[in-house]
Formats: sequence, structure tokens, C-alpha cells
Amino acid sequence: MRSLFAFLFKYQFFVLFVILEIISILLLVNSYSYHKSLAFNTASDISGSFYSVSSNVSDYFALKEGNEQLIDENTRLHNQNEASFLVTDTQFVFRDTLYRYLPARVVSNSVTKRSNFILINKGTLHGIQKEMGVVSTSGLAGIVIGVSKHYAYVMSMLHQNTRISARIKKNGQLVNVMWNDRSYRNGEIIDIPSHIQLEKGDTIITSGNSLIFPAGISIGTVIKQELNENKSLGKASLRFSTDFNKLQSVYVIENIMKQEQQELIEEQLDE
Amino acid sequence: MNSVLFKNIIRFVLLILVQVFVFNNMNLGGYINPFVYVLFILLLPANMNKSILLILAFLTGLTIDYFGNTLGLHAAATVLLAFARPGVINMFFQNIEFVGDEEPGLNKIGLNGFLRYTFVLVLIHHSMLFILEVFSLNDFLFTLYRILLSSLTSTVVIMIIILLFSKRAK
Repeated sequence: MRSLFAFLFKYQFFVLFVILEIISILLLVNSYSYHKSLAFNTASDISGSFYSVSSNVSDYFALKEGNEQLIDENTRLHNQNEASFLVTDTQFVFRDTLYRYLPARVVSNSVTKRSNFILINKGTLHGIQKEMGVVSTSGLAGIVIGVSKHYAYVMSMLHQNTRISARIKKNGQLVNVMWNDRSYRNGEIIDIPSHIQLEKGDTIITSGNSLIFPAGISIGTVIKQELNENKSLGKASLRFSTDFNKLQSVYVIENIMKQEQQELIEEQLDE
Repeated sequence: MNSVLFKNIIRFVLLILVQVFVFNNMNLGGYINPFVYVLFILLLPANMNKSILLILAFLTGLTIDYFGNTLGLHAAATVLLAFARPGVINMFFQNIEFVGDEEPGLNKIGLNGFLRYTFVLVLIHHSMLFILEVFSLNDFLFTLYRILLSSLTSTVVIMIIILLFSKRAK
């Protein structure tokens, strides 16, 4: 036993190095997978308030652009308003509220890593929970994976584990969208049935099949379809509608029926 | 308080703040991100206790991780850098004697020496960082490309900082 301690003491530099590396890698692996990052909540009020100070300053310089984006969005919403439809349209049906939108400000955001996160200034106090969808003024942005009292951590679309169930708008075909981890502007559409021809500019929207996002939120537009003859499922590149590098104001989407939907699914799984 | 300790605490705080609020928001060409906080480890006294060096590196890495939500990533890379540092100092500066708390700074090892010393250690740090970040050997050439470009950028930025802030001793 004594010789063991003597050995450890003699090589303490190396032993300490190995121990510290093991601790670091364990921490890293733990925060790595999507589900574990849900369990391991790294959002904190301390780093959040630090970032708030810096974003208060940088937001000021981007006010003009932010306003323009909001005006664009307002225009779009006005166009969907009841008042903008013809009164003779008897087909107009009101549905029950399914989704509720909560506005939030981005306090910190990254686009250069292979796993990017967004920190927003709304937390449990404002009703944010894990696994809520986040959209920007122009399209999909990410999914909430951690919440503290005043802040929430969002796994960005620009994360190597993000995979969004999507639909091709023109024909309703289901596909999946992920990031290509090269450029923050471009993503990848995968699982495209081989008989589907995509044109440049075709819109890709959320499918509404997950319990997180409502159907019909814009994800991006097709840039180019990759040709491969042999495989049954093809790929294409897409340009995100959201410019992640200038993300400032986002909306968190609450699915009001989520609990009911989930309970039903779990009930079926149990049987 | 001891002036070496005081100087290093100030340096630590400043470098972390600059890294988190300035350089973490910088992206050159889409994916090059300079990591200048390693300068804190580079400038610690050359003869300091190696185990304390490792622990300081670990804490520095964790602090950066805390702000970037990359728990463990920078810690692992910075600990490797600290592990390599005594060897690199021995290899490059055999003829230079460091007395007491002297740090391997510009005045001691010269511009050329400091450039080599910084680049080798930054390369080690960035290699670990980017390989761990991808966590796979897929597309290894792209990872290699990122490592090289980011190391060059970090080294240039660190050199600029050190030239700006060093006292010109002539």
C-alpha cells in the first residue's frame, strides 16, 4: 500500500493529468446527447445575467434591423387575419387554440461550433418548459433543453443532434431536416423519397408530426437536390429561413394539448 | 499580497472576459473562432509546481465551458496544454534559465521564441478541442482544416495582444 502511494506521489503530475482528463471527458459525454442534456440542466441565472449585460449593449446597435423584421412579420400576420379575408367566405372556421406563442430575447447565441446553443431571457417564471419549440421571426430556430428561473437554454437548429420532422410544402411529402455543420446558413434535407423531384426554391415546412412544433412553420428553401440513382432515399441542401447569426427576438411555442397527446401515446406504448 | 499572484488574477479575469464577450462572438469565415484565454496558462511562471499548473488549467477550461455550455470540452483541451507545457519549455528554451517566478514572456524568450512556444501549445490545445468537439473521425480532413486555421488565427491574435501589452524593454 505504501509503495502504491509512493508511486502515485512520484508520478503525481501524470496521475493528476489523467484524472483531470477523465473528469473533463465524463462531463463532456454527459452533456453530449440530446436526452442527457435535457436531464442535465446547464442554464443558469449567473451566466445568464452576465450575458444580459452584453446583449443589452449589442441589441441597441441592431434596433433598426430588429424593427424591420418585426414589421415584416406583422405584415404577414395581418394578411392571415380574419379581417383580411372576404366576408362571403363561409368556409372560414375558428379552431380552438392549440399553440401559444411567448416572445423572448436572445441573450447569447453561437453559430461557429458544431453544437450550438441559444440562451433566451424567459424561464420557468414565464412558463417555459423543456422541449418547447423556438421560432424566429422568419422560421424555425430550435428546441428548449434547459430552463432556470429567468432563462432558458435552446438547442439550436445548428446542432449536430438536431433533427426536425419536415414536409415539402408543394406535395406534402415527409422528410427530415438537419444541419450540415459547415455553414450557419445551410442545412440538409434527408430521407427524400427517390421519386420526388425538388426544384431550387421549394419551401420546406415543419410537419406538425412532433409534439413540439405546429405544422407549417418555414424551415428553409431548397438549394440543390443531390442525384443518386441507387438509393431509395435521397438528400438535398437547403438554406435556412432563419439567419442564425443575427437572431435577436424569438418566440417560444407552447403546445397546450401536449400533455394529453403524450399521455395517449404512453398509454398505447404500455399496452 | 504577492505581486505575481495579483498580476495573474487580473490577467485571468481580463482574458476570460475578453474571450467570452469578444472572441466567442467572433466568427471568421463561418467557423474560425480564436481562443485567446490560453494565454493565461502560457504566461504562468515557468518554474511553478506542475500539479498546480494542471489544476489551474482545469479551472480555466471549466470557466470557459461554463459560459459556452460546452461542459468539459475546454477543460480537457486546456489540461492537455498544461500537461505539454513543461516539456515544450524544456525543449525550446534549454539554454534559458528561469529564476524564481519568472514567466516565459516576450522579454525573456524573445519574439521568435514566444511565437514558436505559442504556436506549438495552441496547436496541441486546438487539436484536442476540435477533435473532442466532433467526437468522431468522420470528415477528418475538415476537422484538420479547422484545427490549422483556428490555431493560426489564435496565435496571431495572441501575438497581437502580447505585443500591445508588453513593456518595451530596450
